[in-house]
Amino acid sequence: MLKLNNISKYYNTGTVNEMCLFQDFNLTIEKGQFVSVVGSNGSGKTSMLNMICGSIPVDSGTIYIGTENITNMPEFKRQRRIGRVYQNPAMGTCPHMTILENMAMADNKGKSFNLRPGTNKKRIDFYREILKALGLGLEDKLHVKVGVLSGGQRQAMALLMSTMTPIEFLILDEHTAALDPKTAEVIMELTDQVVKEKNLTTIMVTHNLRYAVEYGDRLLMMHQGTTVIDEAGAKKAEIRIEDLLARFNAISIECGN
Amino acid sequence: MTLILGILEEGLIYAVMALGVYITYKILDFPDLSVDSTFPLGAAFTASAILAGVSPVLTLFLSFLAGAVAGCVTGLIHVKLKVRDLLSGIIVMTGLYSLNLRIADGRANLPIFTKETIFENQFLASRLSSSLSPYTIVVILLIITLLCKVLLDLYLNTRSGYLLRAVGDNEALVTSLAKDKGMVKIVGLAIANGFAALAGSIYCQHKGFFEISVGTGTIVIGLASVIIGIQLLTPENGASFLSHFTKKEIRPTTAVIIGSILYKACISFAISMGMEANDLKLITSILFLIILVVSTERRKKVKLHA
Repeated sequence: MLKLNNISKYYNTGTVNEMCLFQDFNLTIEKGQFVSVVGSNGSGKTSMLNMICGSIPVDSGTIYIGTENITNMPEFKRQRRIGRVYQNPAMGTCPHMTILENMAMADNKGKSFNLRPGTNKKRIDFYREILKALGLGLEDKLHVKVGVLSGGQRQAMALLMSTMTPIEFLILDEHTAALDPKTAEVIMELTDQVVKEKNLTTIMVTHNLRYAVEYGDRLLMMHQGTTVIDEAGAKKAEIRIEDLLARFNAISIECGN
Repeated sequence: MTLILGILEEGLIYAVMALGVYITYKILDFPDLSVDSTFPLGAAFTASAILAGVSPVLTLFLSFLAGAVAGCVTGLIHVKLKVRDLLSGIIVMTGLYSLNLRIADGRANLPIFTKETIFENQFLASRLSSSLSPYTIVVILLIITLLCKVLLDLYLNTRSGYLLRAVGDNEALVTSLAKDKGMVKIVGLAIANGFAALAGSIYCQHKGFFEISVGTGTIVIGLASVIIGIQLLTPENGASFLSHFTKKEIRPTTAVIIGSILYKACISFAISMGMEANDLKLITSILFLIILVVSTERRKKVKLHA
């Protein structure tokens, strides 16, 4: 379970541009839930993910995983339980290292990075197998540098790498936004498959309303640091893209656009 | 012949340091100026240690450790105190200048001519015939340099080495792997400066003295070696110059060593063309500029010039 308690977050504190993004923001995500998050730019979606992962500090409030307070835990320590896929496919892999080296590194997450050989030869067949499941032909390119792969191939690898070791949470930050529609579809299906297989608690930020509606069992729409829609279960299943669009339009009119 | 031997000797000594610069510049993407002071640190430490009766071989290891500690300091300043990379190096470089003088007993020049070194000692004298003697130094240097290269290659293929390569490539991934990227950088800087100090130690034992100004321009020599080697010999972006002749890929560490020798050859060439020894640093920097202009490096790595 992930719990955000009375979170406040200000940007540009002490300047004329001071902006309060979150004030007393509360959110509880149950174990095993797959939450899709939509919202316009600047509504606080990515800030929320960054606060959960520890990439940016909160100004006040507490964040819990289960009963453990992780508010002041450094980012890299939280990542032991979290897998994260970014919008930019280049963020999830090392371009100058080979596919095999990248896979081996991801496989070693949570263990010690000591002086033992970087690639465990016994695991190569396993890497080949899970790469083959992607259907992108990566299993035959184990010694190719990741930098020469396409964005879609890299994103598929990033997803694979971030979920390879046992984790509790999967954070997806518009992870299909930089991909062409077909590849995005493939990655999205793959995501759903991985989440179900490993029973991961997932938060997916997306601008693709169809994905938000189709995937996941809870939907959040954010606006100016608050949730304007928060539906789960059967109610979530009833939500249509049109409903979300109507809400977007209503918000735009409120804001004077 | 003596000219070629001289080039090889100088080239191999500086190659050890260039391996360190390869770690900071190519792997970590960290313009580390501290090598300008860790190279003389190794030399100063060696001179005073040998005068104090420490075994010459042992001083090599101790110099590496001394350099590694200095590298840690650069890393800690950068990572923990959040000082910019270039400035962290400058701070350590400047501070170590005084410390080096202290290590060398307050003297800017400390000769160890009469003492045994790794190049001149009883053991070698008793076993080698005099006909081989012109080559012993090069052979010893070759062994040390290749040993360093092989160890570095091995390290870069360990799990820890993977992480080091990853942190220069994509910091975010290291964080995703639940590892502190700052620590990885510190380790990288420690190894790099260890190599620089080791090179300083070898240099001191080779020349037979410590001199406070030996470090000036070390970073330039290191960068030039790395850039020549990598650019000419490895297929970093598509075809390299070498790939016209052979299909086999050369490891970057090998390329750096060859680059170092090539660079020293260019300097020797310039001097044999009639330049004076006093012009050495000027030649060093002009040659480096030429290399930067000819290679594509300056466009990719504008950060270095900041």
